[in-house]
Amino acid sequence: MNERRDDFKERRQHLKNMSDEELKTYFFELADKMVEPLIDLARNHTSKSIERSVLLRMGFSSPEASGIVDRLADNDLLAKGAGHCVYRVARDFEQDVRESGLEIAKGRHLSYLKEVLG
Amino acid sequence: MLNPEQKLDIHSILKNLEQYRPKRHGWTWRKPNPQRIGPFDFKEVSESLKNSVPLQSAAFLNNIDPQPDSVITAEIASGRFEDDIRRMRMAAYHGADHIMVIRTAGQSHFDGLIEGTPQGVGGIPITRKQVRAQRKALDYIEEEVGRPINYHSYVSGVAGPEIAVLFAEEGVNGAHQDPQYNVLYRNINMVRSFVDAAESKVLIAYRDIAQIDGAHNANATARDAWKVMPELLVQHAINSVYSERAGIKAENICLSSVPPAAPPSPDLKLNLPYAVALREFFDRYRIRAQMNTKYMDSSTREATVTHVLNLLISRLTSADIQSTITPDEGRNVPWHVYNIEALDTTKQALVGMDDLLSMVGIKDEGYIVEKKREIQERAVLMMEEILEMGGYFKAVEAGMFVDSGEYPQRNADGIRRAVEGGIGAGTVVERDSNYMAPVTAHFGYNNVSQYDPSATDDPSRLINGSTLEQPDKIQYIDELDENDNVHLRLEETEPYRDSRWLKPEVEWLADGVVTMDLFFPAERKVAIEAAIKTGEKLNLEDVEAIHSEVLHPSEGTRVQIKGRVPFAIDTETLTIPEELDTIDEEEIFDYVKRHPMHVVAGTGGDDEHSVGIREVLDIKHGGIEKYGIGYTYLGTSVPIEKFIDAAIEMDADAVLMSTIISHDNVHFKNMQKLHDYAVEKGVRDRLTLIAGGTQITPELARKNNMDQGFGRGSNGHQVASFLVRTQKANQQDDEDD
Repeated sequence: MNERRDDFKERRQHLKNMSDEELKTYFFELADKMVEPLIDLARNHTSKSIERSVLLRMGFSSPEASGIVDRLADNDLLAKGAGHCVYRVARDFEQDVRESGLEIAKGRHLSYLKEVLG
Repeated sequence: MLNPEQKLDIHSILKNLEQYRPKRHGWTWRKPNPQRIGPFDFKEVSESLKNSVPLQSAAFLNNIDPQPDSVITAEIASGRFEDDIRRMRMAAYHGADHIMVIRTAGQSHFDGLIEGTPQGVGGIPITRKQVRAQRKALDYIEEEVGRPINYHSYVSGVAGPEIAVLFAEEGVNGAHQDPQYNVLYRNINMVRSFVDAAESKVLIAYRDIAQIDGAHNANATARDAWKVMPELLVQHAINSVYSERAGIKAENICLSSVPPAAPPSPDLKLNLPYAVALREFFDRYRIRAQMNTKYMDSSTREATVTHVLNLLISRLTSADIQSTITPDEGRNVPWHVYNIEALDTTKQALVGMDDLLSMVGIKDEGYIVEKKREIQERAVLMMEEILEMGGYFKAVEAGMFVDSGEYPQRNADGIRRAVEGGIGAGTVVERDSNYMAPVTAHFGYNNVSQYDPSATDDPSRLINGSTLEQPDKIQYIDELDENDNVHLRLEETEPYRDSRWLKPEVEWLADGVVTMDLFFPAERKVAIEAAIKTGEKLNLEDVEAIHSEVLHPSEGTRVQIKGRVPFAIDTETLTIPEELDTIDEEEIFDYVKRHPMHVVAGTGGDDEHSVGIREVLDIKHGGIEKYGIGYTYLGTSVPIEKFIDAAIEMDADAVLMSTIISHDNVHFKNMQKLHDYAVEKGVRDRLTLIAGGTQITPELARKNNMDQGFGRGSNGHQVASFLVRTQKANQQDDEDD
């Protein structure tokens, strides 16, 4: 930002007649507007950390989760959800969730996942 | 159940950790419970503790230990979590029910969870094993003190969601979470930070964890902390509203608020309107009152005064969680004693200001109202401009935050971050339409219905429960680094653990660190070097000056140094003075009423020190007079013979001789002389002879033919107890004869 003198007195003209309560309400309306696009962004995006956190909850350790997520990210599968990929392998091959994840970390099932998840 | 007389066994805490499960989840507030404690009515207090250490002055007030109504925090993280556990126990005894663990430098940038128990720098590496061990220890400690203790650390950095899972699994009760902290102070990419934050927050919400935001960091970073006040309201709003949208209940959202200014600025004039402005806007949320760190240097006294003023603001406005900052934080990673000092400062000030608002109030007109409103309007204007700029990311890119000008003034020195820059830039991925995560407490779009429409509200059903429902699924890793772990550290200090060997300590067992407080009649630079040389000549190792203050530019400087002692003390070679037991006060009153007693007292020989003996005698100081024991005070520098002559003349029961001066062993000679003269006069058998003074111990006095001696810190209750007990025994003898 460029340097600017304190022009508070001029800027506040539209606020000065608001009651305290009105000012507070307005403050939180503005806050809502600021936050809205941020929360939408979060709703529709994911990250390696989020996906690792999903795998932790599925019963993987942190080093295991990293191995799986890195492998899936390298194969453009993160947008499907790492937990989704593990679940899908477990379901389709009727095997344990942990076993499925550890196999993905070793590089197995990746082309299968690309094929079935699109 | 821990025994207050026994040390906590760290080995037993570390045993079977893989099987440990937290006994509860979520945050616990204190329950305000106005009540009578001792002779006083308290308004802003909660239940007293089962075991605690009261303030020193409580010794004059039946040892009452009123506990304020706010949750009170101790930040404890020395780098070795095993040593911190002992400090947590001490802190709980001094009133902490919120133990906050600072993370080691660099953990924010660690891509994943750290495992095991490596040593930290400026904090500790937060790992599953460490969290479990500390939570388990606190489970015992909270039973010992009789109050739930909240355990807390940080959900930030590039592995925020994973840490949040760890905390949700392991029963962590409070957490810092604020994506703005990542962006502004850790240079982690802003998109990544906000996307990750929503996942972290939904986990925090799921376990009812109390969340604390990061706005206080702006105070510590800004050039002039008080000018950043309008921005603080904006930062609080962003995180609070974002958190609520992610699902955290308003009552678990805590605003971390620091009074930005400190003396010699006009502290309250700057801080109080801000505190009012904040609490008025954010009345739906909770206030975590942090103490000022920005203007701390090495003076622990100065920091303490600033912190007491912060506590005054808490009492004048509100504080749901009262944080404590150790007065030594300006010079080192906090030491044991300063954590305890900070807690005692807080307890003392809050209890001392109990029910303040029933007597004084904040004016509803004039300066405070105008200033408060001005801060709020400035904050509103800043938000308007952020929206005009295109939103939060654009504003951060332009350097809107942590500018040294008070908004709307701008000095073009704010923190700038690029939306595509920082650690973790470009790592955020858009979720596809068939994106799915089969787990509990997951934020955002989740296409579970493609597999089971009935599992939409319970995605983890697809895998028969996640670790949040089935903790046995958690993968527990014990240690990863065989050269850096708790077991090696414990081995090293084992000779000093609950053994006969003792070393002085400031933070780690047997660290050997001592401090000295020195004054030199010299200018600062000379005084500092002289102080260091003094430490070296005393054979201290690694001597450093940790504080200096000029008393006069040429007349003198105070210097504090620290250093390590190169030895340990064998406690088996120590002579521990016996504890003088007392009898119940009522019993003394009763006995003296039935058997009136009289003593003669004074300072013996050429000794003018009368403060100690007056305290033992006077009713005003709780001396023996209080119990109805009559006394004749002979004054100071009383010739030894005069004690005995006066006692005979008044038919007294006892002589109390104070003897302070000890050079040339004059105190020993006085005692011997008193005894000899009493024998000579034929009254030794019926006169109780007592000596007191700073160099006297019971053993020394008896060795010099006194019936008893009273040393440093003795009081009237002890002396009266001894007199009554002796009289009773004499009576018994008489009856036996």
